[in-house]
Amino acid sequence: MHLKLSPEDAAFREELRTYFTTEIPQEIRDAVAQRRELTKEQIVTAHKILNKGGYAVPHWPTEWGGRGWTDLQRHIWHEELQRANVPLPLVFNSSMVGPVIAAFGSQEQKEKFLPATANLDIWWSQGFSEPDAGSDLASLRTTAEYVEDESGARFVVNGQKTWTTLGQYGDWIFCLVRTDPDVKKQAGISFLLIDMTTPGVTVRPIELIDGGHEVNEVWFEDVQVPAENLVGELNRGWDYAKFLLGNERVGVAPVGATKRVLASAKEWAGDLVAEDPFLAARFVELENELLALELTALRVSANSADGKPHPASSVLKLKGTELQQAVSELVVDIAGPGAIASGAGEGSDLEHWQARSTPAYLNLRKASIYGGSNEVQRQIIARTILGL
Amino acid sequence: MDFTYDDEQQALRDAVRGLIGKKYSDFETRRQTVAADPGFDETTWSRLAELGALGLPFSEDDGGAGAGPIEVAIVAQELGRVIAPEPYLTSVVLAGGLVADAGSDTQRAEILGALSAGESILAFAHDEPGSRWAPTASKVTASGSGDAWTLTGVKEPVLAGARADTLIVSAALPEGGTGLFVVDPANTDRTGYPTNDGGRAARIGFNGTAAVPLGVGGDATSVIATGLDRARIIAANQAVGAMEVSLHATASYLTSRKQFGVTLNTFQALNFRAADMYISLELTRSIVDWATMVLVEGTSEEIADAASRAALQTSRASRHIGQEAIQLHGGIGMTAEYSIGSYTSHLTALDHLFGDGNHHLRVLAGKVGDHADVDPLG
Repeated sequence: MHLKLSPEDAAFREELRTYFTTEIPQEIRDAVAQRRELTKEQIVTAHKILNKGGYAVPHWPTEWGGRGWTDLQRHIWHEELQRANVPLPLVFNSSMVGPVIAAFGSQEQKEKFLPATANLDIWWSQGFSEPDAGSDLASLRTTAEYVEDESGARFVVNGQKTWTTLGQYGDWIFCLVRTDPDVKKQAGISFLLIDMTTPGVTVRPIELIDGGHEVNEVWFEDVQVPAENLVGELNRGWDYAKFLLGNERVGVAPVGATKRVLASAKEWAGDLVAEDPFLAARFVELENELLALELTALRVSANSADGKPHPASSVLKLKGTELQQAVSELVVDIAGPGAIASGAGEGSDLEHWQARSTPAYLNLRKASIYGGSNEVQRQIIARTILGL
Repeated sequence: MDFTYDDEQQALRDAVRGLIGKKYSDFETRRQTVAADPGFDETTWSRLAELGALGLPFSEDDGGAGAGPIEVAIVAQELGRVIAPEPYLTSVVLAGGLVADAGSDTQRAEILGALSAGESILAFAHDEPGSRWAPTASKVTASGSGDAWTLTGVKEPVLAGARADTLIVSAALPEGGTGLFVVDPANTDRTGYPTNDGGRAARIGFNGTAAVPLGVGGDATSVIATGLDRARIIAANQAVGAMEVSLHATASYLTSRKQFGVTLNTFQALNFRAADMYISLELTRSIVDWATMVLVEGTSEEIADAASRAALQTSRASRHIGQEAIQLHGGIGMTAEYSIGSYTSHLTALDHLFGDGNHHLRVLAGKVGDHADVDPLG
């Protein structure tokens, strides 16, 4: 056991710090620090700069832009992005569809999609959830019927996806679709890539409790999808989805971003920290739990050499989102009456962070729901680790 | 950055587990051992000495094995796993640590040599009625000069105080500050009794009792503070061992105990509570491992900070896990015959030896405004 980063890893961290703080425009990093909603252009700009430096998709196979880093280096990369207020690479591209195409796609698919995906020339949306298939994802009903006639081999897609995050910006959407209704529900699912400009695709915004339009419904009505857009084998989509959800060990706990907000909160609270012992105690409890979580993330990433996920990795998502939510709650409390001023514009005398505090708090209620709700995480711990 | 044991550390763990784990594999043995004085097994203590476990933190010149905090932590975790009653934390880590830090060459060689060899039990008489984990003494006072000093007052509770062959005693100095003294317990008035978890403590009265300064004498407040911090971190390791076994015993109980015709793990509400215990345990293990590594090469300030952080997390987790372990066991968890309640009792004792969660919360709250964030990698 030893504590310090190796000289190589320390130098690696320094190199990242320099790149992130000098190459990513200050105004974008300020927007992240102030918890402003980012524009599509800001996300794309940051992603392209990261990709130029080789920092957008480091976990991909090296042939397609990966860097061959260790898990610990990837952990450092993820933490330093957040520490420097850099918008993270678009998760749908870098962590979801990219690795699936790289692992299971055809050579044509790889050449067509991977460079554009790495550079965010294509903005991908995720089409997994449906109104009746949330945590129970395999219950999905959107159908893709295989048709072969004089106009070619294709799938005809019908159904509805929901909670499609940032779908309003999407160029393409990767979907789980039912291609065989007559078998066990996991066995009849395929993984399909769909151009969102295809006739029959409709995106409708869903307004959320924070007032934002972050998620959407996507409707498919007789959408014609070329057969070549099937990833891997027919009816094997569930395996690819499990690969997608399971291969991500690094970055599942949003430690860096939560630490950053907590540090900002201390600044925003100012003299209150010294004046209110209860507030100081809340800072200490949260800081200490975040420290324990960060160390757990380090323990997991530094010691997963055999390629199997460390058992403690299941703690990361659950506790990470709980703390993320708790810190956003603290910020609302620090904002005081300013917490109700979410509609205050640029002419307001209130601080911007005060106005943003409640929308951010409400928005983060999602964190314990998506990506396998925290109840699902508890079930995984109980069943697979404790044998219950 | 590495959170794993090397081969030698692994071997040490296996050896200690082989000895202690085997000795107390049957909970009834532990019950019988703590029921009779001195509250631990002298033979097992000697075997730990033969294994080199008692001399781990001390230099070879002083009769020790020249290992370090990680090795000591390994032993503590193993003791915690079977809630072994041997006074390792008290005698080796706490009292021995102070002698190693402040003793003269002769004192170190004599006291630590005998301690490492298993020939002498050492105790640190520090807590006083009314005191709450301060690194200073006030009710026991010292007077004298040079090597000729006497102590007056009462120390209580003193862990392993009745069995100890040599006492290290803290006392308020005439010119201010707190000194450390070596005292022969034969000259004191001592009464031993069991602690809540089957350990042993004592009330020790000093009435003009002869005492020799430890090392050069003088104010030793900072030595005591660091000694307590070291003990906090090792106690947290002991708690991790006890929590790990508490959790696994509970999980195992849930899969075997039937109620309403089905095993308890049929009920999701119970499984979720066990899952939360696992989360508490893993977070604690991470922070305790980290604090142990800080102990290896940190400054005294860094060690103090790490000790408070590890102690705060351990306090919260040990209460959570201990309370839930009993609850999920139901009535059997309340019985002395079954082990799980004793684990909770031991965790409660560990929580109060060197400062509970609220104590450390207060310490940390006092400096929370001094930094933007906490970076464990510096």
